[in-house]
Amino acid sequence: MMRLRLSVPPALARLLALPLLAFLPAVLVLAVLLPAGAVRAQGQGDISAIVAKFANDSYSDTSDALVELSATGSAQAAAVVEALGAGRLVFDPATKAVYIRTPAGIADAATGTIVANAPANLSVVRANNRVRRAIDAASGALSLLNPDPVRRADAAAAVFKSRDAAALATVEAAIAKETVASVKETLEQARAAILVGKAEVPEAVRLLAIQKITARGDQEAISLLRSLPADAPASLKAAAEAGIAKVEQNLRFWAVAQNVWYGLSLGSVLLLAAIGLAITFGVMGVINMAHGEMVMLGAYTTFVVQDFIRHSAPGLFDWSLAIALPLAFLFTGLVGILIERTVIRFLYGRPLETLLATWGVSLILQQAVRSVFGPTNQEVGAPSWMSGAFQVGQLSITYNRLWIIVFALLVFFALLLVLKRTPLGLYVRAVTQNRRMAAAMGIRTGRIDALTFGLGSGIAGIAGVALSQIDNVSPNLGQGYIIDSFMVVVFGGVGNLWGTLVGAFTLGIANKLLEPFAGAVLGKILLLVFIILFIQKRPRGLFALKGRAVES
Amino acid sequence: MLGLLGQATRGFGALAAAAAIVGTMGMGVAKAQETIKVGILHSLSGTMAISETTLKDAMLMLIEEQNKKGGLLGKKLEAVVVDPASNWPLFAEKARELITKDKVAAVFGCWTSVSRKSVLPVFKELNNILFYPVQYEGEESERNVFYTGAAPNQQAIPAVDYLANDEKVERWVLAGTDYVYPRTTNKILEAYLKSRGVKAEDIMINYTPFGHSDWQTIVSDIKKFGSAGKKTAVVSTINGDANVPFYKELSNQGISAKDIPVVAFSVGEEELAGIDTKPLAGHLAAWNYFMSIDTPENKDFIAKWHAFTKNPKRVTNDPMEAHYIGFNMWVKAVEKAGTTDQDKVIAALPGIKQANLTGGVSEMLPNHHITKPVFIGEIEGNGQFDVVWKTKDLIPGEAWSRYLEGSKNLVADWVKLNCGNFDTVKNVCLSAAK
Repeated sequence: MMRLRLSVPPALARLLALPLLAFLPAVLVLAVLLPAGAVRAQGQGDISAIVAKFANDSYSDTSDALVELSATGSAQAAAVVEALGAGRLVFDPATKAVYIRTPAGIADAATGTIVANAPANLSVVRANNRVRRAIDAASGALSLLNPDPVRRADAAAAVFKSRDAAALATVEAAIAKETVASVKETLEQARAAILVGKAEVPEAVRLLAIQKITARGDQEAISLLRSLPADAPASLKAAAEAGIAKVEQNLRFWAVAQNVWYGLSLGSVLLLAAIGLAITFGVMGVINMAHGEMVMLGAYTTFVVQDFIRHSAPGLFDWSLAIALPLAFLFTGLVGILIERTVIRFLYGRPLETLLATWGVSLILQQAVRSVFGPTNQEVGAPSWMSGAFQVGQLSITYNRLWIIVFALLVFFALLLVLKRTPLGLYVRAVTQNRRMAAAMGIRTGRIDALTFGLGSGIAGIAGVALSQIDNVSPNLGQGYIIDSFMVVVFGGVGNLWGTLVGAFTLGIANKLLEPFAGAVLGKILLLVFIILFIQKRPRGLFALKGRAVES
Repeated sequence: MLGLLGQATRGFGALAAAAAIVGTMGMGVAKAQETIKVGILHSLSGTMAISETTLKDAMLMLIEEQNKKGGLLGKKLEAVVVDPASNWPLFAEKARELITKDKVAAVFGCWTSVSRKSVLPVFKELNNILFYPVQYEGEESERNVFYTGAAPNQQAIPAVDYLANDEKVERWVLAGTDYVYPRTTNKILEAYLKSRGVKAEDIMINYTPFGHSDWQTIVSDIKKFGSAGKKTAVVSTINGDANVPFYKELSNQGISAKDIPVVAFSVGEEELAGIDTKPLAGHLAAWNYFMSIDTPENKDFIAKWHAFTKNPKRVTNDPMEAHYIGFNMWVKAVEKAGTTDQDKVIAALPGIKQANLTGGVSEMLPNHHITKPVFIGEIEGNGQFDVVWKTKDLIPGEAWSRYLEGSKNLVADWVKLNCGNFDTVKNVCLSAAK
């Protein structure tokens, strides 16, 4: 919420600050008008009557009590609200007495003093969504004057969301005291959000509030402007309409940026899934239906590593993915070599049999995993550095997607380096381009075949580590990627790594630009139709290999 | 690592159990001792194994329990397990095999609607009994099928009522996987919402393919749809594997249950086992059973389940309870009829009462559906549900939705009318008229 403030130009903020003086008389009137003022006066001292409502174990009573608590503004009320939010507010079903669980012991909720002989079987005061919203609103109103600026900013954002009219007086007081500019801005937005919907506020003040909200320029602003009461004066409605149009204009630009970002993200997933296949199918020409299962084995390796870390070294959890990467590469690479040596090497040059055999291998691997780990999803956790999001303008970028894009590109370039700059890469290219000539030069082609297949499988395995972060880790994981992988490799051009890169990102972005108009199902169909037509025109894909090796 | 070994042994445990069954089948012949055979038709491999394997285990447990109590009609029960491998035509083949080759007295099985539709002709032709334990789209009542899962009026409609009344939701996203159950349910819900006065522009319907994993665009669309100044909620009929990435994306984009709650009809304890549920706290599910419901019957059931699976972490879920009710109803009906003869058992079943696990007593109705309570639960940080709302009484299942144009005049009654789709306006049984 705080980050959204970036979108308000400082010049505009200053401009709006000037007419704020005009609010003052309105505020004075409101302080008298609002019932909250009355509650505040009488409820300051004793909150025991309100707190007793929590013992009724009814969501509506709890919500009501929260509204009343937030109006008292007392310090103990804030403690009660916080305890409720954390599930530490308890009550005795027999005596209906309400307590707070604190590290020091059981405390009386109304006074905050520790109770010496607290009853044993206490029930937690339960919360549902409605209560949780009320908690946010109440703790917002109660911590507006908190000494910590971060807490104040959160509180202001909560009030903006709840538009709780009872909090207006506190917001006013907080604005007068506030020294941090960014928090002040949020506070003023919160005040604008409250004022805009109130019929008794002078029209000019409400117009200013609309301007203030428009300046936020995000979905929340539109949401607020749309919820203007139906009985609002025409001039206000017109201003709100203009505001909505302005914000939507701004958002339209960001929507395109967002779609491109989503496309990049989908493209990176496609690239990761396809890159191993670009070796086994693209370079070696093996129609490898078991490719998806290699990805799945990589994801299960991550699960095993995390399971081990959870039980023996919880401190290493943030490193679990880094530890899983080499292990997944080695494990799936070895499985790949095993498959090549025992099945595929007898089938070179017989694509139909290869297809059937690898399909069989994929079923065996799936059922093996199902028998060992069970058919249900396994939980793979996200390390802390992959959770959460940050904001660029109106675009929210999640860390896990960002890291997957970076990781996909790293894997791609590492693989390119291996193929172009290492002896293994040289042998691989030699064997695939002209097997007999390579053999004549003393390259053990059988060994190179095994290693190449192992490399492709290993790469699929480390893709599995990354994909475990965004998809289910279940025996079916691989099936979801096999078609997309073939699509990318064929579209990009068999045998060309760059083609796979360009193909993956092209398909990803095209899919995401289509999806808002065509929907997920039709979008995918349109994309497949496009690829079929494209392959008709260019059977060898985007980047066709040229030369004698292809003709043979 | 320990947990992993536990899982490995559990996997082998299931294999061993299957082997044991095969063994007893052979021995049964050798000893020439007569048993009553019960067919279990759940996928143990393929896409649906994730959900159906648990139901197979639950059935094995129920049969074992019954045998401990002395079996049925003085005979031991014997489970015959087959694996239709998530392959719909194979369901029909395996059903035929169970009935003609193994001569089972009744079959407990199927999960997806398409698998049920695929076995229907077999059960009709060979006149056997199928107990179907999963919530489904309704619009069906067959003489040979007993539906122990929820009909739409026992799950979808009460959930929408809860959101509208308690959360004051005015704008609705109906998101589902693209197949028959979500499509029919959403059609019913759309008609129902409109009958409640919701405008067409306040309903957004979205379908995604099976196993959809890239939810970025749809979640941001939902976010946009939810910012129209009216309280918005998502009614999710998203099925199976697509759920985990969907919820992950919701929490990634910062949509909490406080802003836009999601109520799901296909997400239970078993599905949540694969996700970190802390960011999902407050999202809802509507079911007729939750593992967290505190009754002596449920405690006993969970304890038996843990003992049977030798895994104290295994969760129980709604379709398991449906099998529990269905199996016990069948046992009572066989005892009442004094035989396993299918015609007599089908006639005996309506009116049979069986205590469910949530403190009520379910009854088999003449339309072959049962009465069930409806619970709305909020997801908690530990993967369980906290019940925030429940119906006062048990709701009788309606085979035909009263909100759909094509079915509002239809009733199913196999006792008085002997008809699954009786048109009350034309006064004619549609299936007989054909």
